[in-house]
Amino acid sequence: MILLDRVTKTYNKADSPSLDRLSLHVEPKEFVIVVGQSGAGKTTLLRLLTREERPSQGKIIVGGVDYDKLKDKDIPLLRRKIGVVFQDFKLLPNKNVFENVAFALEIVGMGKREIQHTVPKVLDIVNLKGKEKNMPLQLSGGERQRVAIARAIVRQPKILIADEPTGNLDPKHAWDVIKVLEKINRYGTTVLLTTHNQEIVNKLKRRVVTMQHGKIVSDRANAEYHA
Amino acid sequence: MRRKYLTTLRIIHAGIVNFIRNVSLALAAIAVMVVTLTIILFSVIANATFTNTINQITNKIDVSVFLKDNVTAPQLNQLMSQIKKLPNVKSAQYLSKDQVLKDYTRQNAGNQSLLQAVSEANNPLPATIHIKPVDLNKIGDIKTFLDKPQVKALQSDEASYSGDRKEAIDKITHATNVLREVGVIAVGVFAVISALIIFNTIQMAIFNRRDEITIERLLGASTWFIRGPFVVESIIYGILSAVISILIMNSLFLASSSALQASSLGLLDINYASSYFSAHYWLLLTVQLAVGILIGAASSVIATRRYLKFKTK
Repeated sequence: MILLDRVTKTYNKADSPSLDRLSLHVEPKEFVIVVGQSGAGKTTLLRLLTREERPSQGKIIVGGVDYDKLKDKDIPLLRRKIGVVFQDFKLLPNKNVFENVAFALEIVGMGKREIQHTVPKVLDIVNLKGKEKNMPLQLSGGERQRVAIARAIVRQPKILIADEPTGNLDPKHAWDVIKVLEKINRYGTTVLLTTHNQEIVNKLKRRVVTMQHGKIVSDRANAEYHA
Repeated sequence: MRRKYLTTLRIIHAGIVNFIRNVSLALAAIAVMVVTLTIILFSVIANATFTNTINQITNKIDVSVFLKDNVTAPQLNQLMSQIKKLPNVKSAQYLSKDQVLKDYTRQNAGNQSLLQAVSEANNPLPATIHIKPVDLNKIGDIKTFLDKPQVKALQSDEASYSGDRKEAIDKITHATNVLREVGVIAVGVFAVISALIIFNTIQMAIFNRRDEITIERLLGASTWFIRGPFVVESIIYGILSAVISILIMNSLFLASSSALQASSLGLLDINYASSYFSAHYWLLLTVQLAVGILIGAASSVIATRRYLKFKTK
């Protein structure tokens, strides 16, 4: 599903690389947690997967798409196949909950009737039923993050990338978000989660990839993490 | 196909919403574009009016050849055929002494003293050939022919070249050319200014919405899904400006055509300008719309380009 082969990313030639000959293989339906200190290269890794950045060296293949052969005009099509959740939610501030989720479907040209049918179902999955008309500012951090998750999964992507989705949340809301991610994974979506949160990693008992200075220093199944 | 149609509708809707949101920013852009389009409109109408004035006067200009009374029919026929063969002659018309007298009598119907001086029995007016030249500036060719001794021998008097009218035409032609050049420069300058102001307006709108654009990009919105609303927004500027510009011109003609006629440059035939504007109303509106839309769309496409590029390194 996700394959990175000796990927290096250097932003500035004078600095050490953000990713240094990193190789990673993620199978379909896997739930992989990427951990590491700030500056370890977690966010760079995700930005490469969403093609916000290009690698300086190495090969990336996601869902059968070879990024070397990906043309600029096809980048939006790639991003429609990958759901992304951000630490800062990235909700559209002038749209309500329903409209934020619906926007992901409008982009792909879905009709109004189909949108009216699909969005409530997804809001139900993320436990936001009844909040459709709320604006982002009227929601708690956890609720906002669940809106972002709903938006990310509404197009039923095969891969969901969550970049520190609990970073701005208190423990209770953080767990609500993690539970939603687990539920989505059970439906068959590959989840790639980056986090600092030791407690979450240790309770989830999933494959844990530990990064340090742009390299993978450990990659273990059912692992725990001690920062 | 249906998806493309829906996406196009959404882009247009978003463009209209953006326009309403940015209406205060848009005012400057619209104002400058109105000035640009009004200058274009004025230039087109003024050009047509001056051209019409020149044509009208040019048609009145001719070379009059006055013949001696003793010119025989064969001499006349030969002269007429020679004149018609000259390259710069559009037409040549012979008027006999009687016809000249009739014209003279008709033209001076109210002036008894002039009429008393002439009669059919005592007609001092010579038979005349009126020559209309093709090009007024090449009238010298005709003069050279008429000055030949064998042709001169048939003439009772020096040929008249409507010299004073030619000078007037030269002045109008010169004024028209100057106006045309000034118009082209003014249109160019204002078109660039309009494009720059729309460019800035759209860049400010993009700057205000940069976070939204980033989100849209990350969610997989195509370049046109993001750019489209900005282009629609600036096309609305163009459409509004074109309509306002036409309305300004319309109300100018409606409200003050007599005042304009009295105070205008004298050269500008306001009645003709007004009728030209009315006759070509839809064509002018279409051209104005096309120019407005073109300026708006082109500047917004350029303004959004930088923000919609994907990283290549």
